[in-house]
Amino acid sequence: MGTWTWFHKLSSPPHFYRIAGKMIPWYAIPAALLMAYGLYAGLVLAPADYQQGDAFRIIYVHAPAAWLSLMCYSVMAVAAAVGLVWRIKLAHALAAATAPIGASFAFLCLATGSIWGRPMWGTWWTWDARLTSQLILLFLYLGYIALRSAYDDLTKADRASAVLAIVGIVNVPIIHFSVTWWNSLHQGSTVLRKGGPAMPPSMLIPLIACFFGFTFLYAALACVRVRAEVLRRERNAHWLKDLTTPRLGAE
Amino acid sequence: MNDFLAMGGYGAYVWTSYGLAAIVLVWNIRSARVAHRDARLRAQRALSMAASDAATRSV
Repeated sequence: MGTWTWFHKLSSPPHFYRIAGKMIPWYAIPAALLMAYGLYAGLVLAPADYQQGDAFRIIYVHAPAAWLSLMCYSVMAVAAAVGLVWRIKLAHALAAATAPIGASFAFLCLATGSIWGRPMWGTWWTWDARLTSQLILLFLYLGYIALRSAYDDLTKADRASAVLAIVGIVNVPIIHFSVTWWNSLHQGSTVLRKGGPAMPPSMLIPLIACFFGFTFLYAALACVRVRAEVLRRERNAHWLKDLTTPRLGAE
Repeated sequence: MNDFLAMGGYGAYVWTSYGLAAIVLVWNIRSARVAHRDARLRAQRALSMAASDAATRSV
């Protein structure tokens, strides 16, 4: 089967719906294993930090949440752009499916960051570049979701919200580079930095496991949510007859 | 065990962070499944309505 045939088949909603369903355990199981290991090792096995003591363990939920919030936004903006330019409904479905996941992790990143900042910086919040741009990211997600829900017509919602998603992408590099471009209370990158990660393996390996675990979790969640979005867009389509009758309410 | 829970005096901060993470994870899993289930129920309802419309029309 040629690549083009494969791609063409994938872009048919019933096929896509089925594939997305089949992929869920392939993402969910590695997500569960990696997160269980990463969080356990981060909390129990990793040594305390020489400066921050045990408070540094917040990194194992804070940094992967931050990563997911940025990755989700990038996925959402690219999918929205593809949907807008090539009028691919599935791309819009993926963008819409990604938004609530990204929003929840942007919130988790801000909340855990605030909790971490209190003992380390002596404040819950400060209006510096990193924190402010991350807060704007959360507002972009919420704006995107609110804009979508303002339309009854899904096609209009897809197109209008896609424009917002695409414009907002400028914020993503700003967040990433904010700690190098401006003076910030926030520490610099720990893993992706010049000269290699600033952590011994006993701290780093659990963190990397968490990064991959959270990413797999996103993939599993996106599969479930994108199926819901496909169903919303395919109302009255004949292929739904084969799907909806058996196992109703099973998932 | 108590030492572990105390987290060197940062227990409240560490456990609140992990608790929030747990809430966000559970919310994500639940809300994704609910979204899928709702979409499925609605799709089925729309199909059965269309079928009964067709049946009435043919009578």
